[in-house]
Amino acid sequence: MKALDKLLGGQQNLIGIALLALLILVVFPLTLDAFRLNMVGKYLTYAFVAVGLVLCWGYGGILSLGQGVFFGVGGYCMAMFLKLEASDPESTKIQSTPGIPDFMDWNQITELPWLWQPFHSFSFTLVAVIAVPVLLAFIIGMALFKRRVGDVYFSIVTQAIALILTVLIVGQQGLTGGVNGITDLKTLLGWDLRTDSAKLLLYFINAGLLFGCIFIGRFILASKLGRLLMAMRDKEERVRFSGYDVASFKIFVFCVAAAFSAIGGAMFALQVGFMSPSFVGIVPSIEMVIFAAVGGRMSLLGAVYGALLVNYGKTYFSESFPELWLYLMGGLFIAVVMYFPNGLAGLWDSHGRQALARLLRRQPPVQAVAPVVKPKTESKILETQP
Amino acid sequence: MTAVGFEMNKPVLAIEGLTVSFDGFKAVDNLNLYIDRNEVRVVIGPNGAGKTTVLDLICGKTRATSGSIQFDGQELTTMREYNIVRAGVGRKFQNPSIYENLTVFENLEMSYPAGRKVWGALFFKRNAQVIARVEEVAREIFLGDLLQQQADLLSHGQKQWLEIGMLLMQDPELLMLDEPVAGMSVNERAQTAELLKRISQGRSVLVIEHDMEFVKSIAHKVTVLHQGKVLAEGSMESVQSNPKVIEVYLGH
Repeated sequence: MKALDKLLGGQQNLIGIALLALLILVVFPLTLDAFRLNMVGKYLTYAFVAVGLVLCWGYGGILSLGQGVFFGVGGYCMAMFLKLEASDPESTKIQSTPGIPDFMDWNQITELPWLWQPFHSFSFTLVAVIAVPVLLAFIIGMALFKRRVGDVYFSIVTQAIALILTVLIVGQQGLTGGVNGITDLKTLLGWDLRTDSAKLLLYFINAGLLFGCIFIGRFILASKLGRLLMAMRDKEERVRFSGYDVASFKIFVFCVAAAFSAIGGAMFALQVGFMSPSFVGIVPSIEMVIFAAVGGRMSLLGAVYGALLVNYGKTYFSESFPELWLYLMGGLFIAVVMYFPNGLAGLWDSHGRQALARLLRRQPPVQAVAPVVKPKTESKILETQP
Repeated sequence: MTAVGFEMNKPVLAIEGLTVSFDGFKAVDNLNLYIDRNEVRVVIGPNGAGKTTVLDLICGKTRATSGSIQFDGQELTTMREYNIVRAGVGRKFQNPSIYENLTVFENLEMSYPAGRKVWGALFFKRNAQVIARVEEVAREIFLGDLLQQQADLLSHGQKQWLEIGMLLMQDPELLMLDEPVAGMSVNERAQTAELLKRISQGRSVLVIEHDMEFVKSIAHKVTVLHQGKVLAEGSMESVQSNPKVIEVYLGH
């Protein structure tokens, strides 16, 4: 029971999780039509990335501007499996080489490339969805953190990797479907993904996995490793000269963030029915950071709200004022970083909680609460360490 | 512990021919320094004499250009920083270097020598032994009543003590302190001197300090560094009356 309590992070956080669960598992499915609900499901796949960024950026101080890479690789792994299933010889018999994905046929490829072969197996795919991005993150982490590449240099390298992967995917059209990506995904082990009932079930699976990731995140943050991450962010030298191999902890949290992103990517491919390089590159990677920043980079739950709100805003504004959206997004990021460094979750901690208490009691007993809450909000994350 | 018989007479730390040059400038130049077991050694010297660099070299923060640093028979110059710490060398930085977002308890716990690897830290349990050790060290460094205080709310002197406490958690064989009383009040200095005398029981301590009164009160032996070399070594009195030392340092 105590372990469970620790996992949930005490009563306050229990209420927070219950509220989010109510919203995602009850309110949205009851009030939204199938199309809108699928859209929320899509937004929630980004929440995986944002939750990973809370661990790696908020607590670990590692600002990765290339999380789209892991989202994309996870998504591509899943999409490759689904594409192979959709490309059975029967439905591709008009191609010059039946049985291979259509875009390969258009690119005069006559045999399934070796890279695609193992993706006939669903169990291999499930492993690959997580293992491939984690391996990639591990290699990047080993190469950079062991050499003490940190701060802004790390961010720049991750951004370069996002760009490289995009160029690679677009360039290898026959292997990857190029700029269009992998489209026309239809069934999963014979189960039609395009029906409303399938989408509803996928929505709940997605939500379940998201809460799973949040719990894992909580477990990490509640452990000594969580405190070490904060310690490293603020005083890396002190941690190093207290007998810790700092790089190994950074690699770990970077890999966890990559795994979360990859699960999001795979769920994206399943729910939206395609995967393309437009979810891998620099712009989507930075958008993902904005989700976490708006929601609150120190709050796992805040990241989910951030992903939901910013994406809702994006859909709304890009429908109504398409040319304004990018400016709005940029402005939002600047505003959050400058004025609300802890995002929505920080605002809630400093104002919302007291307002709610006042509302509930209809009296201002705030004085007693304020000093306790205050120090938490005065965060120093913005000050980059030298 | 194999510290028996003749090994007791061997220095715990033996620095020989140590040189480091930054772009041709030799910050430490062919330095020899031996520290005995249970000795409190203070290194003094004018600014830029290479005092902090020597500590950096011992703990692995800076890599030597040539020379050797033997600690308990282990060559430190090629070891990774965290292995040097695990071998028993603790180092306090010049500016108090503590985790300001964590409590005093958590700061001390962070240096408890368990759960130092990824999986170990993930499944580290705060058991009675850990709590007892943290409380013991906290009392030692005069912070026994402030365990739940967030560290950034401590005074400057308390932060210095906290960092010393973090080192004590590791129970190092060699404790290196870079200006431990900088910015402290007279009272705090006296308390720190008393603390140092207590914690130097059963371990060697290497201190860099400018405050001569403080040096006098703690040092067994004083080493004067000048331009990366040892200028003089011996008791405080002999060093203070050494004309060379007066010339470069005390005389100014």
